[in-house]
Amino acid sequence: MCQDNIKSKKTVSIIANEEIAAGVYQMVFREQEIAERTKPGQFVNVYCQADSRILPRPISICQVEPRAGLVTIVYMVVGQGTKEFSNLQAGQTIDVLGPLGNGFSPVACEESILVGGGVGTPPLLELVKQLPGTKHVFLGFRTGSYLVDAFKQYAQVYIATDDGSVGQQGTVIDLMNAVGAKGQQVYACGPKPMLAALKTWTNERDIPAQLSLEERMGCGIGACVGCVCKVKTDTESGFTYKKVCKDGPVFDAKEVIL
Amino acid sequence: MHTSVTIAGVTFDNPVMTASGTFGSGKEYAEYMDLNGLGGIIVKGVASKEWLGNPAPRIAETYGGMLNAVGLQNPGVDVFMEEDIPFLRQYNTNIVVNIAGKTVEEYVDVTKRLQQADIDMIELNISCPNVKEGGVAFGTDAGMAEYITKEVKKHAKQPLIVKLSPNVTDITEIAKAVEAGGADAVSLINTLLGMKIDIYKRRPVLANRVGGFSGPAIKPVAVRMVHQVYKSIQLPIIGLGGICTGEDAVEFMLAGATGVAVGTANFMNPRATVDVIEGIERFMDETGVEDVRELIGALE
Ligand SMILES: Cc1cc2nc3c(=O)[nH]c(=O)nc-3n(C[C@H](O)[C@H](O)[C@H](O)COP(=O)(O)OP(=O)(O)OC[C@H]3O[C@@H](n4cnc5c(N)ncnc54)[C@H](O)[C@@H]3O)c2cc1C
Ligand SMILES: Cc1cc2nc3c(=O)[nH]c(=O)nc-3n(C[C@H](O)[C@H](O)[C@H](O)COP(=O)(O)O)c2cc1C
Ligand code: FES
Repeated sequence: MCQDNIKSKKTVSIIANEEIAAGVYQMVFREQEIAERTKPGQFVNVYCQADSRILPRPISICQVEPRAGLVTIVYMVVGQGTKEFSNLQAGQTIDVLGPLGNGFSPVACEESILVGGGVGTPPLLELVKQLPGTKHVFLGFRTGSYLVDAFKQYAQVYIATDDGSVGQQGTVIDLMNAVGAKGQQVYACGPKPMLAALKTWTNERDIPAQLSLEERMGCGIGACVGCVCKVKTDTESGFTYKKVCKDGPVFDAKEVIL
Repeated sequence: MHTSVTIAGVTFDNPVMTASGTFGSGKEYAEYMDLNGLGGIIVKGVASKEWLGNPAPRIAETYGGMLNAVGLQNPGVDVFMEEDIPFLRQYNTNIVVNIAGKTVEEYVDVTKRLQQADIDMIELNISCPNVKEGGVAFGTDAGMAEYITKEVKKHAKQPLIVKLSPNVTDITEIAKAVEAGGADAVSLINTLLGMKIDIYKRRPVLANRVGGFSGPAIKPVAVRMVHQVYKSIQLPIIGLGGICTGEDAVEFMLAGATGVAVGTANFMNPRATVDVIEGIERFMDETGVEDVRELIGALE
């Protein structure tokens, strides 16, 4: 009931909004509180200006610069909402709410493995910055690549693409096997088939893994129960639904059913 | 300025409530606003036992609206009473509990258990399009609607609101039936049955294929139905369907609503209810309305 802590949608000014790969944009905006409070793996609700598009678009926070109060998001144009965002110019404003969700829980260990697929890659950047120890980053793209130089500042980076245009041809899992990836903790964000394969991979090797999931969201704050994923239980049905937005988006690979 | 209204003997500081299923049990929104400012909180539907609901995807956006196929996921009335009522009672607002069931017995069972709870009203949901049994079947048949209202009313000491479905040919018929069954108030509208297709995959977007349509796009349908019902029964009406602003709320009150509820707009802005309350006050101020009750049914 503490009224000082009331969070709200904020109109923020856009510092930059550039295409960094075909159809992939990097937006930087100024918002001190989000920059200070964000934990790796959290996301923001980004709102459209068009009245026809009423629901917020959840977009992961790629990185923050708390001192400058800057927040970076990286998004792919897949529909009308992200198209609208891509047309915005530096100097214009946009409405955001966040940071939302529970992010990754960084575990101190000698070697960690980070696995990103497509637009699942951005939230791993803030994580790789903050993790102690040696970090091995495996990124998978359909074609081309982005953010690779940013990752290279903090870790050894391996790339796989479906079409072989950059790095090794094949999936990130193929690449991890080829390289002989090793570590005591895995963090991942990407499409469901990738996460499912990774779940098996980490299971076979008995390595703990934190997986960041995606689901269609209504509210992004835990109210609509729209964004659920299945989580194992020892009840009759064997599962219950948890909310990706509020209980996640990061889940323990052992508990989540993909 | 007088903003309080009375519905079935319960006084609300202002006419604005939250629509069931769009405000969780209030906890999620306490971070974003002062819940004390709300006339009432209508919590998400509860059943006698836990319901898992439908598989994902459960949400799809449409032009000016959305579809949901949550399927009334809820932890069951016992967990709800233990966890949510004590939280909500910290606030100075009315608690309205929305109830669901698959059979008349289940509705009666939830009602009986709720008699132990410190709540202000019960809202009977016989209009959810997302559950196969019960739900909408009760809300689209006048005889069934009257029967279930009567059965639930027998066991409820709290005033009973019956929530009507818009998925009928003549909503006044159902309104009259629940009035005859002993309802103390009605609320309308629940979601309209809708569908969205992914044209590239040639498949429905929602796992459940169809879902409930809500949001600003449905407002004209809701206003029309509130007005029709206002003219055909004596009970107080809680109007909802697409309300986003104070002006929207005033429109429902002019059509005949005593109270209003804000639903999908909460997803568009977690502080939407605050905007609606302030918007009503601003409208009253600007147009010289001293008592919000002057607006009820005041259509020329
Ligand atoms: C927690 C979370 C974090 C996310 N982070 C990022 C990110 O960092 N960068 C990024 O590019 N995208 C991210 N997404 C996905 C992003 O939210 C969607 O791409 C966006 O909402 C699409 O909006 P639109 O209006 O452009 O598309 P729409 O017109 O709404 O949909 C077009 C198509 O996009 C896909 N889509 C829509 N919503 C989602 C969704 N929630 N999840 C998956 N696919 C969807 C569907 O295939 C759909 O048919 C994230 C999603 C979640 C849930
Ligand atoms: C995600 C979601 C869940 C809902 N759950 C319930 C529910 O549990 N019980 C109920 O009576 N109505 C439920 N509704 C219907 C709303 O309470 C409301 O009647 C409808 O959404 C129309 O209002 P709106 O356009 O302002 O959202 C739900 C609606 C949505 C969008
Ligand atoms: S998006 Fe509404 S509960 Fe997660």
